[in-house]
Amino acid sequence: MKAAVVVFPASNCDRDVAVALEQATGKPPAMVWHGQANLPDDLDLIVLPGGFSYGDYLRCGAMAAHSPIVRDVIARAKKGTPILGICNGFQILCETGLLPGVLMKNASLKFVSRAVTMTVESSNTMFTARYKPGQTIKLAVAHGDGNYFADNETLDRIEKEGLVAFRYVEGDNPNGAARNIAGIFNDKRTILGLMPHPERVCDPLLGGIDGKAIFDSLVSALS
Amino acid sequence: MTDATLAQAIEHGLIEDEWKHILRVLNRAPNLTELGIFSVMWSEHCSYKSSRVHLRKLPTTAPWVIQGPGENAGVIDIGDGQAIVFKMESHNHPSFIEPYQGAATGVGGIMRDVFTMGARPIAMLNALRFGEPTHPKTQHLVSGVVAGIGGYGNCMGVPTVGGEVNFNRSYNGNILVNAMCVGLANTNKIFLSAAKGSGNPVVYVGSKTGRDGIHGATMASAEFDDASDEKRPTVQVGDPFTEKLLLEACLELMATDAIVGIQDMGAAGLTSSSCEMADKGGSGIELNLDRVPCRETGMTPYEMMLSESQERMLMVLKPGREAQAEAIFKKWELDFAVIGVTTDTKRLVLNFKGKTVADIPVTALADEAPLYERPWEEPKRPAPLGPVAEPKSITEALAKLVASPDLASRRWIYEQYDSTVMADTVQKPGGDAAIVRIHNTNKAVALTTDVTPRYVQADPYVGGMQAVAESWRNLTAVGATPLAITDNLNFGNPQRPEIMGQFVLAVRGIGDACRALDYPVVSGNVSLYNETNGQGILPTPAIGGVGLMQDVTKHATIPFKAEGETIIVIGETKGHLGQSIYLRDILGREEGAPPPVDLKIERRNGDFVRTLIASGRVTAVHDCSDGGLAVTIAEMAMSSGLGATLTTPPTAFRAAFWFGEDQARYVITVSAASAHRLLADAKAAGVPAAKLGITLSDRLTLDGEDPFPTARLRKLNEEWLPKLMSAA
Repeated sequence: MKAAVVVFPASNCDRDVAVALEQATGKPPAMVWHGQANLPDDLDLIVLPGGFSYGDYLRCGAMAAHSPIVRDVIARAKKGTPILGICNGFQILCETGLLPGVLMKNASLKFVSRAVTMTVESSNTMFTARYKPGQTIKLAVAHGDGNYFADNETLDRIEKEGLVAFRYVEGDNPNGAARNIAGIFNDKRTILGLMPHPERVCDPLLGGIDGKAIFDSLVSALS
Repeated sequence: MTDATLAQAIEHGLIEDEWKHILRVLNRAPNLTELGIFSVMWSEHCSYKSSRVHLRKLPTTAPWVIQGPGENAGVIDIGDGQAIVFKMESHNHPSFIEPYQGAATGVGGIMRDVFTMGARPIAMLNALRFGEPTHPKTQHLVSGVVAGIGGYGNCMGVPTVGGEVNFNRSYNGNILVNAMCVGLANTNKIFLSAAKGSGNPVVYVGSKTGRDGIHGATMASAEFDDASDEKRPTVQVGDPFTEKLLLEACLELMATDAIVGIQDMGAAGLTSSSCEMADKGGSGIELNLDRVPCRETGMTPYEMMLSESQERMLMVLKPGREAQAEAIFKKWELDFAVIGVTTDTKRLVLNFKGKTVADIPVTALADEAPLYERPWEEPKRPAPLGPVAEPKSITEALAKLVASPDLASRRWIYEQYDSTVMADTVQKPGGDAAIVRIHNTNKAVALTTDVTPRYVQADPYVGGMQAVAESWRNLTAVGATPLAITDNLNFGNPQRPEIMGQFVLAVRGIGDACRALDYPVVSGNVSLYNETNGQGILPTPAIGGVGLMQDVTKHATIPFKAEGETIIVIGETKGHLGQSIYLRDILGREEGAPPPVDLKIERRNGDFVRTLIASGRVTAVHDCSDGGLAVTIAEMAMSSGLGATLTTPPTAFRAAFWFGEDQARYVITVSAASAHRLLADAKAAGVPAAKLGITLSDRLTLDGEDPFPTARLRKLNEEWLPKLMSAA
């Protein structure tokens, strides 16, 4: 699997996800600087990592969505290249319109960093095949703007079409997200955006390996 | 240039003798720019003029110390060519005036101190002290400080992994915000601040210079009064995005060999960075201020030199390496300007619009800054503790204590800090010490901050020792070998002999403990004048400890692991109630001496516990401190959901046994089968150890008292702080 991680100024989970990818694939991903016009050819996977791209002083992800490299990300997405957006990456994907909805400020108005329980809503995708259907997992969240929102019509549609990837367990929703949504797919299930950080939960010493299945699923599907 | 006057010097916080000293070293009157430079360099904050004579007595060396105090941060060797770079620093005054920005820029400043030495920050901690929970400003200050620390650290992508919080009325008008940064470097790539050589380019990088923070260092060297809010414009504004870029750009340049010396522009900005670099390099510096990148037009040399705009660095490069360095900073979209050159004149010379606007011997600003041996007196000791009555129920007292301001859960705070970014946090907030793995290795560092201000107030010498001993114990309790400390000494007005007495004796206690434990001081910071309207804070010498684990998989944690295990206390329980939380919060008495500290015993008991952890013989370990055995065991229960049945020894006074705060103790659990052997081994090693009870399902049962469900205890412990913060 040939993967690339896009590095924006003030991305800060780029190394973490690179480590998780290397652990899964045995080789380090390409790290692509935001100012580059193009991603490498023949990519199997593009990762938009967590962080505070361009400081996120405007709406989170809003500036990154208009950066040079993201033009190519959008072009590749349209050709079907799989994309994984984690935290700030999810926010950027929503800002580009590649995923529906927006991520608003947490309902608590505070940053939240903790382990959160969620269920795998769809395990027949390239991102989630290694999970059991309906499996309950625990992943780390760390964000100030993870409150997923879309109009009811959109929410009904993504629910009906099975595009909800992960859902916080009732009572453990850390940000007020609509219908407890933690992560969603695009229509073709080639793009996954999620607020939790699977890359931080790939080592028993760090509190579990519940995040590892995402990377392992991708390796199985794309290698 | 017009000469400055004595009246202006006094407005700048100098005293008449210091003004005369300036006239002597210059052999003329300074102009206003020069006076401004003297005033910040000679401020308490930059010159340590009241504290230096005492700080010199601290032990600062050990075979593993690479760099002791005097640089931007301390450096210790952790083997395999790797070093830990760390320091703790206060941002008290700004945080009281403007809590969000004050705390945020405190975090930014200490991070720069660490990465300016060539280290990538890998962990942050913070030691916070607020006023009484019911004080009208407390809620606002807690909320602002915590958001500010999170806002900056989270964006930087450095995990905030630990710290401590106290509430006390003495901080009502003067909160303490002490931030500690820990970084990882290679031992052969440590950068120092000396501006060596002549004819080397002096380079400014980072943010532009604005009018913010002018006189911040002077403000931090004065007491507060009712008009302190008017000082808000002296607080700097933080920009973590720029700092993140500055971090990456600096580390990228540091991978080359272009840098001669580098220093962050912290307190007193361009003034202190240029003076200190020249002083350490034994050189001079000549700056052309026309080239300083400015955020606003029409800035004067005075404003440029005194600005404390954040996210800036000054560096001296090897000649001819400007283009290489500039390319890196342009890539990260940061300002880069060659603003001067090193000279051999040992003078700081500033030119602006074709004129020389300042010309000062560097040594006058740095080495020859005033030094005061301030008069001090032994502080009054509290009266000995009188008789203490037995409570009706130990369990009920315990339930109150776990929900008291100093013992309630800090979850509301630490969940606002990203504690897991960088994916190496092994022990998150909530342990005795944080554990952060050294990336790509099996090693880890253990990190903690500690001080018990009420002990220091009652007996500064013992309190100083206790702060060091407790940090050593917390590192030991997770299985680490303690290596070194950074100290952040927060005190009141040093011109009051009783405050100076607290300082002198606490430093003596810290020094003695560090010597006895082979645990030297490698960096630190002094914050004086923490007073409002003449009311000083509790003396608060916060200690930041760093320990090393060779095998991170062999660490201990607090929660009980299984039912039916034996609970044992290591160390002797005499039942010392003087200055205990029980006495203060249950009986309303702040009396007696703090618990005695015996460093030989501390070391013996700690070494024993560390061996137990390394050999995998214990299932849980928790340092015993505030609240004594009862609170320690309650915390082990609450974090696991399990319970315990406990029995008081027949001869003991129950309140003193369960709530006494005797030092050098740990509570551990072992499987029932191996308890006997462990007790025998302790006896053989000369370490007191006693069985307290066994772990059980889900409630705490103490002697014959009504069982108390662990879940209810946990609810009390968890809900106190959220309730305080949501109160209208």
